Amino acid sequence: MSTLHSKAAARFIKNRAQELWHDETLWMVRAKRDKMSRSLPEWENLRNLASAIKMYSNSHLDTLLQEFEMNAKANGAIVHWAKDAEEHNQIVYGILKEHNAKNLIKSKSMLTEECEMASFLKSKDIDVVESDLGERILQLMNLKPSHIVLPAIHVKRQQVGKMMEKELGIEKDNFDPTYLTHSMRKHLREKFLHADASMTGANFAVASTGEIVVCTNEGNADMGTSFAKVHIATFGMEKIVPNVESLGIFTRLLARSGTGQPITSYTSHYKTPAEGCEFHIIIVDNGRSNILSQPEHIKTLNCIRCGECMNTCPVYRRSGGYSYTYFIPGPIGINLGMLKNSKAYSDNVSACSLCLSCSYVCPVKVDLGEQIYVWRQKLDEIGVANKQKKAMSLGLKLLMDRPKLFNSALKFAPIVNHLPRFIVYNAANAWGKGREMPEFAKESFNEMWKKNKVK
Amino acid sequence: MSSKEVILARIRQNTKQRYEMPDLDIDAIIFPDKLHTFIEALKAAGGEIYLLENEENVNQVIRKLYPKAKHIVSSLKEIDCATSNPDRFEDPRELDGTDVAIVKGSFGVVENGAIWLTKQTRHKAVFFIPEALVILLDKARLVNNMNEAYEKIHQSEAYDYGVFMSGPSKTADIEQALVFGAHGPIRVTVILQ
Repeated sequence: MSTLHSKAAARFIKNRAQELWHDETLWMVRAKRDKMSRSLPEWENLRNLASAIKMYSNSHLDTLLQEFEMNAKANGAIVHWAKDAEEHNQIVYGILKEHNAKNLIKSKSMLTEECEMASFLKSKDIDVVESDLGERILQLMNLKPSHIVLPAIHVKRQQVGKMMEKELGIEKDNFDPTYLTHSMRKHLREKFLHADASMTGANFAVASTGEIVVCTNEGNADMGTSFAKVHIATFGMEKIVPNVESLGIFTRLLARSGTGQPITSYTSHYKTPAEGCEFHIIIVDNGRSNILSQPEHIKTLNCIRCGECMNTCPVYRRSGGYSYTYFIPGPIGINLGMLKNSKAYSDNVSACSLCLSCSYVCPVKVDLGEQIYVWRQKLDEIGVANKQKKAMSLGLKLLMDRPKLFNSALKFAPIVNHLPRFIVYNAANAWGKGREMPEFAKESFNEMWKKNKVK
Repeated sequence: MSSKEVILARIRQNTKQRYEMPDLDIDAIIFPDKLHTFIEALKAAGGEIYLLENEENVNQVIRKLYPKAKHIVSSLKEIDCATSNPDRFEDPRELDGTDVAIVKGSFGVVENGAIWLTKQTRHKAVFFIPEALVILLDKARLVNNMNEAYEKIHQSEAYDYGVFMSGPSKTADIEQALVFGAHGPIRVTVILQ
């Protein structure tokens, strides 16, 4: 196997029990989503509308972002614009420095992962504390999330318990999830109360009102922003929605798709800074405006990061998030990675069976599988096509263009069935790795047809 | 050029086609028995329900529901079982250790059991820091779905901060096992009156 994805996947599936659990658990989440979607007769209509709103908003970013800025300022927020990850991180650091803030409590944000903000702030001696339970577990284990909504889905309770024994001094060998969660509650309560500044992402930013909306089940975004004097909210510019009524469409889809809940425990609307506090909002481009110029890939900007394409993907479920080389795994990650740097992240495009299950369930109708297919057609152009497969394809083209040669080759093909294994399964045959080759039929369809054997 | 100008210029240059805003009129689900469905949805989200009878006193009910509670905060006029008014606290950190907070919900959403709460105390921490949250809700104030909910919000008074809350704080981050009380209230009781 040639790609980094397939090599990493081979490591993941070595632990069969873990692989099976991962596969079945994520499929259970997908099944919950199905149950939820079928309880609403208007489900497909909601998907169509959500997609259409995003197509509208992402094609009117210039006006909507300015409208958002104007309204957010009128609410008392301070609005910043960041061209790229570096500028984003500098803005955050600048705000923290101005307030002499040394501790930052943050809720989950894929954008701050994208900007590699935590390591940057660490280099500036800022203590960044993740407050989502799964994210905090991973942070203390020095690991990265393997799923965008269920970040610690690959970690077992025993590993969590052992880490917490060491880091937080909890009871020995108590791996009960309730005990572990409530121990973490105590640990993070202190962090919430004594942080100098808080940070959140945004699920939606509403242009007509200048408010941002954050969805969590734990309430960590709300706890974080309840005590610190500074709240920094950051969002990629495709998170903009035109008005409050649009939220009626998106909030009905987001949790039902992502976790199979009718809504998250908290859907929080931040509008005005609290008494004596500052509210900063950062609008981030970091490559998003480039995607606008690529009509074939523009729908990736519809993504609301529900994570459902991971739960449904047969390759993701059986290979785990760490098998992908881009920080966002699964179907959406394959696409976003290619848009970020097609040469660097091309290893992921083969992590797809083109079953299109992702496109079928996506609440905002991103054509995920179709776009992966488009990228595969471009691999040679990008200069990363697999050499053996390319040689084989050229060989096949030679045959296909010459019917006579093709038919005689087909006649002799069954010989392969009787060749010794080492001749068929070797380095030159990429298709023979990790799977058994099909047997060639004794007679081709063409021959059978001519002999009137086909009924 | 400022970063804002650079970003806006890039957007204008790269936007190839402008799509129309769709009509958001949607034939969204409505429920024949709103109250019953709301109660079921709230229970599914881990919330507790108490239907207040006419002759019952809400303070006695809260006392009965939370007999061990020592620190009870509320700024609502009809609540006299509170041990303190949260608005007297200068610093929201002083609310740490609150057993029960009592607040008022604006309306409930039948399809998911969520309740719209707007900031009604000096510190929004009142919603999140107590071990248990009691929400008083008028049972006539129920909307069918989130489309109706946002229409209502759009037409109602402005708020500084608002949240749809459905049941207690929860997490399933450890092996997908559901646990209540990740950070916020471990119990949420809705008293319908």
